[in-house]
Amino acid sequence: MFDEVFDLNGLAHDDARLVAEWLQATPIETLKAKSVEAERLFRRVGITFAVYTEGGDPERLIPFDLVPRHLTATQWARLERGLTQRVIALNMFLSDIYGKAEIVRAGRIPRDLVLKHAAFRPEMQGFVPPGGVYTHVAGIDLVRTGHDEYYVLEDNCRTPSGVSYMLENREVMMRLFPGFFASAHVAPVSNYPEQLLQTLRSVAPARGSANPTVVLLTPGQFNSAFYEHSFLSDEMGVELCEGSDLFVEDDRVFMRTTTGPKPVDVIYRRIDDDYLDPLAFKPESVLGVPGLMRAYRAGRVTIANAPGAGVADDKSVYRFVPEMIRFYLGEEPILANVPTWDCADPAQLSHVLANLSELVVKECAGSGGYGMLIGPKASAAERDEFAAKLKAWPEGYIAQPTLALSTSPTLVEQGVAPRHVDLRPFVLTGAGGRVSIVPGGLTRVALKEGSLVVNSSQGGGTKDTWVLRPRPGEKVPEIRALPAKADGTSATLSQMQTQSTQSQQGGQ
Amino acid sequence: MLARAANSLFWLGRYMERMDAVARLIETAVRLSAMSETGDEWRSAIIAAGCEPSFAEHHAEAHYETCVPYLAHDRSNPSSILNCLDAARYNARSMRTALTREMWEIVNEAWQMGRKLTPDSFLLENLSDTLDQIKRHSTLFVGAYTSTMLRNDGYSFIRLGTFVERADNMARLLDVKYNVLLPSYASVGGFVDYQQWTTVLQAVSAVRAYHWVFRDQVKPWNVAELMLLRTEMPRSLRTCYDEINAELERLATLYGGDRGECHRLAGETRARLVYATVNSIFQRGLHEFLTEMVDDTTQLGQDIQAFYMR
Repeated sequence: MFDEVFDLNGLAHDDARLVAEWLQATPIETLKAKSVEAERLFRRVGITFAVYTEGGDPERLIPFDLVPRHLTATQWARLERGLTQRVIALNMFLSDIYGKAEIVRAGRIPRDLVLKHAAFRPEMQGFVPPGGVYTHVAGIDLVRTGHDEYYVLEDNCRTPSGVSYMLENREVMMRLFPGFFASAHVAPVSNYPEQLLQTLRSVAPARGSANPTVVLLTPGQFNSAFYEHSFLSDEMGVELCEGSDLFVEDDRVFMRTTTGPKPVDVIYRRIDDDYLDPLAFKPESVLGVPGLMRAYRAGRVTIANAPGAGVADDKSVYRFVPEMIRFYLGEEPILANVPTWDCADPAQLSHVLANLSELVVKECAGSGGYGMLIGPKASAAERDEFAAKLKAWPEGYIAQPTLALSTSPTLVEQGVAPRHVDLRPFVLTGAGGRVSIVPGGLTRVALKEGSLVVNSSQGGGTKDTWVLRPRPGEKVPEIRALPAKADGTSATLSQMQTQSTQSQQGGQ
Repeated sequence: MLARAANSLFWLGRYMERMDAVARLIETAVRLSAMSETGDEWRSAIIAAGCEPSFAEHHAEAHYETCVPYLAHDRSNPSSILNCLDAARYNARSMRTALTREMWEIVNEAWQMGRKLTPDSFLLENLSDTLDQIKRHSTLFVGAYTSTMLRNDGYSFIRLGTFVERADNMARLLDVKYNVLLPSYASVGGFVDYQQWTTVLQAVSAVRAYHWVFRDQVKPWNVAELMLLRTEMPRSLRTCYDEINAELERLATLYGGDRGECHRLAGETRARLVYATVNSIFQRGLHEFLTEMVDDTTQLGQDIQAFYMR
């Protein structure tokens, strides 16, 4: 098991000395007192997270751990390049499957897996969204298993959340430990809202206003991420709209204001596809805007992320992402996927059933850490129960080896102890496929000893994530992808190649 | 600004003011009942709160044990203090980013306070403390927005909420006295009558103000003049309408000169208050005058919403 700060002898790794020294110099009582202060600060701003399945306090805070998690400039350079590559490929995949579907024709991904997917939106076929972008904001979940070993655990291409925690955690850390923070030379994250706004404005429809109006569309204050919606709209200086604030007339979207209707050009929506437009999707939706899809298809408004983007982040499609990178970019993936068994395949299913005690099995449609089995942690009875579910509906599941997730020192009742962590960086894609990523992301930590489930809905907490500026003498390598292996013919669509070239130039 | 945002701010202002008014109404009724033998002050309080029909569905008799729970924490009464707190916080939360931190903290704190209240908090021995807490949060809220909020359109909408609600409540509170019959042995202008008018002044924390303005013993027409017409009195109907007109004018200027029915009605009502004399009001009938004020203020609230919030 790899700890990001201490090696097996309890000595700090070279790149972690700063954190280790700070931990040694700071008494536990101080940490605990600061921790109480942090909670007070979070309550004051009202940053809360409601969990649907629990009774109790609907205004629960996600626990914040004040031991920061660090990444060196060198480590980040590789992640950044790998994330950029991956998200470019995901966007090209979406553009392809709603267009000519070359990847399906080339036999690189099964037709039915894509076209019969629940998140596939036939309404998007033969239509190019403004700017050619589908997933404008992607949250890519990474785990670390060794000093230089990272895996992509999951892609989130629909409405990934958590970025407000990344920003608020940083604010709180700077306030609680100004000296420690200053000595660490941490790359800033505070420009995320501005970058998000730039990204959204860059994809405004060509026939829209000269100075495009962006709004954030929220399902309302009962949504668990409502705080984040109001936080982001405030930081960007855009209106926080509910469906009923918007209406469509002559294929244009307007918002109702105190001075009458005002045209809207870009909608950063934080509601699911199904609820976007009762005329196009679920007719019973009261959260959406009737006629929105018509206005969208008429090219009069941009919806970010695009409807139907979810087909790229499904757990059953996940194992094809490396293939997408090879197919569209002609490159080998920089960030590895976790090996994944497809339970729909009888041979793989029997392997999974035989090794259930060592594997993690996930429901393809599941999220938030629900609907999964962690073999090594489960009882025999739980495994039997899950095996029955698997046999009944094998295509609904995938399986992966249980990864030894890295740990990070974390303040717990008894003192500072290692706890498992993951990382969700937020990847923005603007017009022409231009990618930008603020250095860092949201680190989630499983607070229960030994637990691998970091989801906030299951008792996970968060940490501030520090991407350190290069140290004296540290030469940050330029990361290049290897060309795809000989059998990985790249896409022939010239449009895609242009897009990819441009985005590489734009990437940081 | 989004029409819904304006609506939320307007109602936030109204509910934070309304809980104060309900608290004052309960206090008034408690004081009146201490000197009454007829027991009709509770029915009068319910009438003044504008919830007589729905109250009658739940309770046959109006007395402390039925009225205080109904006005304070009954969920079936949309204007009960606890419902006011919930509604205020709901509106505040949906417009979290339009509020300053100070405003949010007061609303949130008030709501947390409300969640800790139990039926015991409204027993007679605890009542004063409880109502003081409620009134204090209402006052803190007005202070918080007055001293921290940007003077933009949002400020005007929240202020309109405060003063429309206050105007409505002032008229209703004064009308409580109308509905309380004098005991059989007492006479108009007699000791009990005098006590009742004093109670009305106490309800709006204006006993000292009365003496400062009139330097005279408590007389009904002076009380009415103070509460309806005087500009010195921060809760008088006149003051409320001065503020309402100022905010509506500010909005009209900000929004390029557009005016509507709400501007006309607010101006007309203010003119009536400016030119009325207390004699003319009593000649026509105080109750009739107050009823008209309540009706017009209700209408004004609707007109403001129709003009700016849809």
